[in-house]
Amino acid sequence: MATTDVGWIDAEAKPRPLVDRLHAWVTTVDHKRLGILYVGYGLLFLVIGGIEATVMRLQLVRPHNGFVSPQVFNQMFTMHGTTMIFFVAMPMVFGFANYLVPLMIGARDMAFPRLNAFSFWLTAFSGLFLYFSFVGGYGLYGAGTAPDVGWFAYAPLTAKTFSPGHSTDYWTIALLVSGFGSIGTAINIIATIVSMRCPGMTLGKMPLLVWLNLVMAGLVILAVSPLTAAQIMLLVDRYLGGHFFDTQAGGSAVLWMHFFWVFGHPEVYVLVIPAFAFASEIIPVFSRKPLFGYPVMVAATVGIGFISMSVWAHHMFTIGMTSAGNTFFVLTTMLIAVPTGIKIFNWLATMWGGKIYFKAPMLFCIAFLFQFLIAGLTGVMQASAPFDWQLGNSYFVVAHFHYVIVGGILFCIFAAFYYWYPKVTGRMYSEALAKLHFWLFVIGFHLTFDSMHVPGLLGMPRRIYTYEPGRGWDTWNFLTTVGVVFQAVGVLAFAFNLVRSYFRGRPAGTDPWDAWTLEWSTTSPPPEYNYTSVPVVKSRRPLWDLKHPEDPDWKYE
Amino acid sequence: MFSLFASEAAIFVIFIVAYLFYAGKSVSGPTASVLHAPLFLTACLLSSSWTIHRAVAALRRGDVGSFARSWVATIVLGAVFLGGTALEWRHLIRDEGLTVRTNLFGTTYYSLVGLHAFHVTVGLIALATVALLTAGGHVKREHAERVDLLGLYWHFVDVVWIAVFLVVYVVGR
Repeated sequence: MATTDVGWIDAEAKPRPLVDRLHAWVTTVDHKRLGILYVGYGLLFLVIGGIEATVMRLQLVRPHNGFVSPQVFNQMFTMHGTTMIFFVAMPMVFGFANYLVPLMIGARDMAFPRLNAFSFWLTAFSGLFLYFSFVGGYGLYGAGTAPDVGWFAYAPLTAKTFSPGHSTDYWTIALLVSGFGSIGTAINIIATIVSMRCPGMTLGKMPLLVWLNLVMAGLVILAVSPLTAAQIMLLVDRYLGGHFFDTQAGGSAVLWMHFFWVFGHPEVYVLVIPAFAFASEIIPVFSRKPLFGYPVMVAATVGIGFISMSVWAHHMFTIGMTSAGNTFFVLTTMLIAVPTGIKIFNWLATMWGGKIYFKAPMLFCIAFLFQFLIAGLTGVMQASAPFDWQLGNSYFVVAHFHYVIVGGILFCIFAAFYYWYPKVTGRMYSEALAKLHFWLFVIGFHLTFDSMHVPGLLGMPRRIYTYEPGRGWDTWNFLTTVGVVFQAVGVLAFAFNLVRSYFRGRPAGTDPWDAWTLEWSTTSPPPEYNYTSVPVVKSRRPLWDLKHPEDPDWKYE
Repeated sequence: MFSLFASEAAIFVIFIVAYLFYAGKSVSGPTASVLHAPLFLTACLLSSSWTIHRAVAALRRGDVGSFARSWVATIVLGAVFLGGTALEWRHLIRDEGLTVRTNLFGTTYYSLVGLHAFHVTVGLIALATVALLTAGGHVKREHAERVDLLGLYWHFVDVVWIAVFLVVYVVGR
């Protein structure tokens, strides 16, 4: 025993040189390190995408503003959308899945550690490739050749005729490569969950986060693959002179829309289901009650997964489909509100009668509940085709999906950051700074995105780089931009908190939240092998059973 | 592995949808009527599924010699298929004047069949790698499970060919 201690102290006393440590990070196949890399990478791009959003908001702060040219504005909204979806939200989701899934199922790593590393680096390099467009190609002549065709890159804008040079190629190749990375990670997550659960953990005893990530990974496989196919077709069009989306040779621009949204809509659920997963872990712990209706939650999630594959054309009501097509997509879209509503009621029922602790993760989850409800309601509004004809392509749509992505997904991601920060770093974050971040962000969020609905209702189209004064849009646009300041300061507080607490935070211990899932039974941060001996579980809350041997869960499940 | 197949299948489905969507919509140039169903090549590819199945079964028994023979037969059958496709394309390009650029039929035909041929090529490279390893005496009974995965991939490529064949040479004409 004594000799082991001495060895350990020796290793601590002489920190390895920086090059060695960097080398260890670059060549790592450890799921925890890759998870941190994914999340760090997502944070970096969150700042970049946020700067792009700020540029757009500064341009729109008053009518006839001349902050950026129309060309740059086009590049900004294209890069903002592409970055936020593919290089912020997806890496964050994958990062958390990578870190948490093996820990929660009592495994020592993912099923394919090297595929895991490979997928991460594919994603990483495709993001760098996308941003290389600012300086590469003909970029050095002036404003750069960043893609400027919008994040869904409708045909025929992407055809060689209308998009000469390489700007669209950067977009399509970056998405193709990151798509391969996503598919690799999704396969890895499924294989891990299916075959590496610890003894006793039947499917019905997995933490809900694991279930939801299983559904998410399945959706990635079914949703990202069509996008990959569509990108290959676009490349055939652009490089081999094909005619898939070439309207002059009989090709169809509408086909691209279908292919894109077959990916695009399930993608929303790829991002929001992990957000649900975070809420489903955090709300019970801070309400001191087990999750209400576990089997129903699983069923609702699987239901959402299935229905989400058949709602894509609600993005396309305004292109003129048949009335039968419209009706089908109206009904499926409204149908998906049902399992989503079930989830919201389950979270509320979990909190009902519980002893609620208003710590930062819980605050973000509560805000998520309210905001996601409103986002869902505006979604149901637009699910009705005639209403959508009126508001399609307006700022109302922009406000709606930002409510989902920022108000729903980003809030849950912040909650997850605070909840698992002690586990990942071994240190507690500063609760005061976290609350400051929360309130700044809530105020900023509502200033920006509540205000954004109104000019949409008043007829302001999305993607315009400026507008005429006196249409009733001026004040609302001003308020929207003011909200950005609050959000930006909030994110600064968040980043400062992460860095400062890493060095100055008080040690967190193994289980600072008195939580119930397996990851809290190992040290913080967990050792490379996660668990010295493989855990055995008997219920959905294995740590509860350990802490309360007189009243274990498995007696009731 | 089955997740990978689901993903690959989704990619092929999109290409097949595009092919069917544009079937008969070309405004000029040759159409699907110039195609002749490659029955012999199809027979080669489908029977290669049987040989690879026999190869894996032989390796499970530990019969490396029989494994190697069936394995090489699979490679030969796959190569015949690929070569046949090349000859078919040569005919289409030289005699019928059909390329990716010509019209929608050309674009969709070469993309769909080409995507499948690409998968056959990848499979052949993997099969050849295993063949080389076998020649070096590195493949033994305990590798049957890994080799089986490759066999699964090969079966998948064959099943996709049945779909592509039906779409391009039966329904599409």
